[in-house]
Amino acid sequence: MTNDVMVIGEHFQGALSQITLELLGKARELAGPLGGKVEVVLLGHAVEPLTAQLGAADRLSIADHPLLEHFVPETYEAVIAQRIKQAGPRLVLLGSTSVGLDLIGPLSVRAAVPCFDNCTSLQVREGRVVAISQLYGGKIFAEYAVPETTALVAVVPGSFPAEPGKAAGAPEVLRLAAPPAPRTTFRRLIEPPPGDVDVSKVPLLVAVGRGIQNADNIPLAQELAETLGGAVCASRPVIDQGWLPLTRQVGKSGVTVKPKLYLALGISGAPEHVEGMKQSELIIAVNTDANAPIFGLAHYGAVADAVEIIPLLTEQIRAASG
Amino acid sequence: MMPTLIRFGPVPGWAILWVAFLAAVAIFAWRVTTLIRLLLLGRYENRFDRIPQRIWRVVVYILGQRRMLEEPLIGIPHLLIFYGFVVFLLSTNSMLLSGLFPSLHLPTVDDNRFLAPVVDVFGVLVLAGLAVSSFRRFILRPAGLQRTIDATVVNSLIASLMVTFVLAEAFRSVAAGAALKGASTQETVWVPFGNWLAGVFSGHPALVTHAIGLYYFCWWVHILTVLGFLVYLPYSKHLHLLAAPFSVFFSRLEHPGMLRPGVLLEGGMGAGRLTELTWRQLLAAFACAECGRCERACPSFQVGEPCSPRQLVHNLKMQLFQCGKVMMSGVPASKLDKETCLLEGLIPRDELWTCTTCRACANRCPVFNEHLSITIDLRRRLVERGELDKRLEEALRNLGRYGNSFGQSERKRAIWTQGLDFKPKDARKQPVQWLWYMGEYHCYHPTLQPVTRSLARILQAAEIDYGILYEAERNSGNDTRRVGEEGLFELLRERNTAVLRAADFKDLFTMDPHVYNTLKNEYPDLNGGRHRILHYTELLAGMFQEGRLKPARRLSYGVTYHDPCYLGRYNGVYEPPRAVLKALGLKVKEMPRSRSFSFCCGGGGGRVWMEETGEAHSRPSESRVREAAALDGVQVLVVACPKDHVMFSDAIKTAGLEGKLAVKDLTELVAEAI
Amino acid sequence: MKIAVLIKQVPDLVEGLEIDAGGKALDRDSLRYIISEADDHALEQALLIRERTGASVDVFTLDVGEARDSLTTALAKGAERVTLVAAGLEAAPGSHALAELFAAVLRPQNFDLIVTGVRAIDDLDGSLGGLLAGLLELPYVGLIRKVETGPGGETAIVQKEFPGGFVTELEVKLPAVLGIQSAEQPPRYVPVSRLRQVMKTAKIGEQAVEPPQAPPIAVERLFKPEEGAGASMLEGTPEELAKQIAGLLAERHLLK
Repeated sequence: MTNDVMVIGEHFQGALSQITLELLGKARELAGPLGGKVEVVLLGHAVEPLTAQLGAADRLSIADHPLLEHFVPETYEAVIAQRIKQAGPRLVLLGSTSVGLDLIGPLSVRAAVPCFDNCTSLQVREGRVVAISQLYGGKIFAEYAVPETTALVAVVPGSFPAEPGKAAGAPEVLRLAAPPAPRTTFRRLIEPPPGDVDVSKVPLLVAVGRGIQNADNIPLAQELAETLGGAVCASRPVIDQGWLPLTRQVGKSGVTVKPKLYLALGISGAPEHVEGMKQSELIIAVNTDANAPIFGLAHYGAVADAVEIIPLLTEQIRAASG
Repeated sequence: MMPTLIRFGPVPGWAILWVAFLAAVAIFAWRVTTLIRLLLLGRYENRFDRIPQRIWRVVVYILGQRRMLEEPLIGIPHLLIFYGFVVFLLSTNSMLLSGLFPSLHLPTVDDNRFLAPVVDVFGVLVLAGLAVSSFRRFILRPAGLQRTIDATVVNSLIASLMVTFVLAEAFRSVAAGAALKGASTQETVWVPFGNWLAGVFSGHPALVTHAIGLYYFCWWVHILTVLGFLVYLPYSKHLHLLAAPFSVFFSRLEHPGMLRPGVLLEGGMGAGRLTELTWRQLLAAFACAECGRCERACPSFQVGEPCSPRQLVHNLKMQLFQCGKVMMSGVPASKLDKETCLLEGLIPRDELWTCTTCRACANRCPVFNEHLSITIDLRRRLVERGELDKRLEEALRNLGRYGNSFGQSERKRAIWTQGLDFKPKDARKQPVQWLWYMGEYHCYHPTLQPVTRSLARILQAAEIDYGILYEAERNSGNDTRRVGEEGLFELLRERNTAVLRAADFKDLFTMDPHVYNTLKNEYPDLNGGRHRILHYTELLAGMFQEGRLKPARRLSYGVTYHDPCYLGRYNGVYEPPRAVLKALGLKVKEMPRSRSFSFCCGGGGGRVWMEETGEAHSRPSESRVREAAALDGVQVLVVACPKDHVMFSDAIKTAGLEGKLAVKDLTELVAEAI
Repeated sequence: MKIAVLIKQVPDLVEGLEIDAGGKALDRDSLRYIISEADDHALEQALLIRERTGASVDVFTLDVGEARDSLTTALAKGAERVTLVAAGLEAAPGSHALAELFAAVLRPQNFDLIVTGVRAIDDLDGSLGGLLAGLLELPYVGLIRKVETGPGGETAIVQKEFPGGFVTELEVKLPAVLGIQSAEQPPRYVPVSRLRQVMKTAKIGEQAVEPPQAPPIAVERLFKPEEGAGASMLEGTPEELAKQIAGLLAERHLLK
């Protein structure tokens, strides 16, 4: 086992995913005290253009093959497991994402190494790697030492800043072997229906959660958004009910947003949602539950019924703007 | 002058009459047999007990027409038409008999000095009644009353019966008078209108000459119309003539607050087919005269939801008749599969789920139809199949797991006590005189928690010995049962009964009328008469009466009081809340729809747990608060039910009445005054 | 086709969580268990496949918390067979240990499809699905929201969720393990009357297995996030709150 930190890179639709830079930055930070190098493993097809953004790494291990064009768990896992066994790093960082989560379990078994999920903090303390993971819907945090062996850690996106990962550099490049014929094949990509607002580009967001109670109240939120000059978005429960289209979902399986204003109305603040909006500049939360996790994240909060507040706020804003 | 002694060609009149008579009776009997076979499609239910009580019901509601008279505009005409019918039955029978056996010279009503004038007067009264009812149906057009061909035909038939009768009388008189001038025939008795008309006709020689012919004509038209009516009756909505006395006789005698327990049939709980309803439920289809009273009273219907008790029974009728058609083509009853389907048939889901179970419909129905029991049986089957609104599912899941529909921990049952400077007694651990069964709204809902604390302080100050169940209390199950989840209701009831039996208390009270209804009427193991079960308004009224509570200051609000469905209409508790308001020195201005005609807030029957269909133009609660606000000088709408409180508070905002009307629980007024 | 559904019990968040005196574990006395939400979806998905293709559904769970109730509910929903796996454990073990236990149970049984929830709220050392797939050397796909069987029942065609509303469709040769995020319809409701009926006649199979070898995770401490440390809380009536919020927006020039 070396003291290296390995990052499993992700990309989607031709762009490098933000999580990769976050992990790269953290890996850089940890590699120093550990006394090792930073390696990024990147799989895909025609991924050359992406490598330019990975200057902060010491080494890039690239597998470029048509079978790797779209993420197929089995094929990626085979290549990465091989590399982990070869390289024997101290830490392997993955995103707790649609990609990372499919890989972490099989990798853990195949490479016979422990794995951890939901990590929000990683530090080197007195030679040990200490991690914190969030559990139980963000209500409890667990602190633990990562064992003194190769270990896989899946990190919650947004936990670490991306800036440190953007350093320039000229890493050495390693080519990885082509994957074996898999039992899993990619068939097609289904895109979300077009023509709707891209909430990740709207600076003022009115976000509604379960506290909106029913579909009848959605127009109220829309009115508020219009008055503000912004757009309505929602947490998963609202989307699952069909009260708003999938494109409005903010969170782990939805869109990540960084607006100037995020009005979290009737949103409890479950980690899956928070992941998608925690970098908002100003977060104001309204929820009837004084213990809602959202209040830990928001800048301002009020314990009140969102359904009551929304029309009142619309009025106030009209009066103030008018 | 025997109308059936004349000849039509070679055939004597009485022969034709016999043929017509036998044919009519045969068709009538065959049709009635089919209808009875249709009723027999239903399940058996014992409605043959307590005969004296049943007979009394028929006396009050059929002979006394009590429910019809609640709307005097139609009640009185209908009374006339009804008794006209009874009277005419006599007359017609005697006419028929004398017509069938002309040579026997049987005595007829027409020849009876005492009866004939009565019949004559009724003939005209019925016409007058018909005129009013037709005016109401075709000109005034109240909701729910339809202008169908059936209605027009029936009205026309009755009218022609009366007209032909009176004309026959008149012409007979004229003919007799004319005959008197010639040869002598039997004297005709004095009948007011008949004679008056005869006088008028006597002035026209043409009419006099042809009087006897016209008499025969009118007589024959009358008799044939009667026979025609006999044939038409079992095919029209006038079937209610035959069916109503039976539907009232076989009506349910048990307390309406106690639902019929679920019966596990082959298809599961509840009913999904005609064959799974009882014969009495099916009889509703025949007894229904489509008067529309139920629909007019229905709060959901009033606001445009697809809920109509009348339509429900109508659809039932249509489904039954479809079965009838197939049965008459020879298919045996056991093979009717598609035809007996209700849920895939004519009854749409929305119609079933938008019912608030307020019972305004059944309360008004003159023939005692049980719209609610049919709705709930169908709901039970939908629950069985898992075909539920998603929000409702969530509420039921929460009720099953946490014992409350809010999905909050049962450990937070007593969270409302925070803010009290004393701790209410724990009825699980100490004996108490009164057990206060809280109800989930009063425990968990933020709007109601201050009201709960208010009552706790009032009772504490008045030194009432009460206790609560703390975390052991669960939802009483009233609305769970009305939503159709009978299994969950039974589970809740078992659990609650065990907890209550383990506690040591003398009497019980609750703030929630829904809890009150089910504990009082549907928990047999609990109330073997050992405990009194009261609504808190009854408790407060008693306290004021005994002097335990005295108002310390005068309140100056103009108030009106809303009778909660489950307290008023279901359980007859109208006076105690009013007595409390009176004791506070307040004068109650009654809304037009008060006491048993109170208009539901729209939250019952699990409606608070469901999505709105989106078809309604407003909500029942909005209609009600507008009704309250329309009263002169009324600023406060007094409520005694948590759902009313929540529904009306919301409605005041959405109806834009903030500042004009406020909702206060009775407790709040008492707290202010003492 | 034979489908195995693996479900697990997790603490019910409605009841609130407390950390015990030792500071390294949850206070078990205050816990109440409920089926993991994603596992409930996995069961629903399996039942949907069963309704479409006539496949059989076997449900397995570890004997912890209200496990029996979950199995009875599964039977009432239509599962063919349910099995309680007893490993002599007091509390729910981590995912590695769980994967070991289920691998031992499932290995001899030749299921075509194994489904479980893609993650649970108490997953610290990864999630069951992926680890189990590794142990059984089967392909794994997670975050699934739709499953169809391919022709001949030899493959499964699955839809996998990505951020931004994107979905990829993959075809997996069976046998395989799937991590379900959400079923094609929400988990069905079981009327209590049917549940009680099933409870009377239910046969819950039991299988004993060796306790797992995987070592427990060495948690050094558990802690709760500081409550409301983030937000400055506003006070007042709804009208006052609305005014204050509008004021905050105006201060920051966020209003038009």
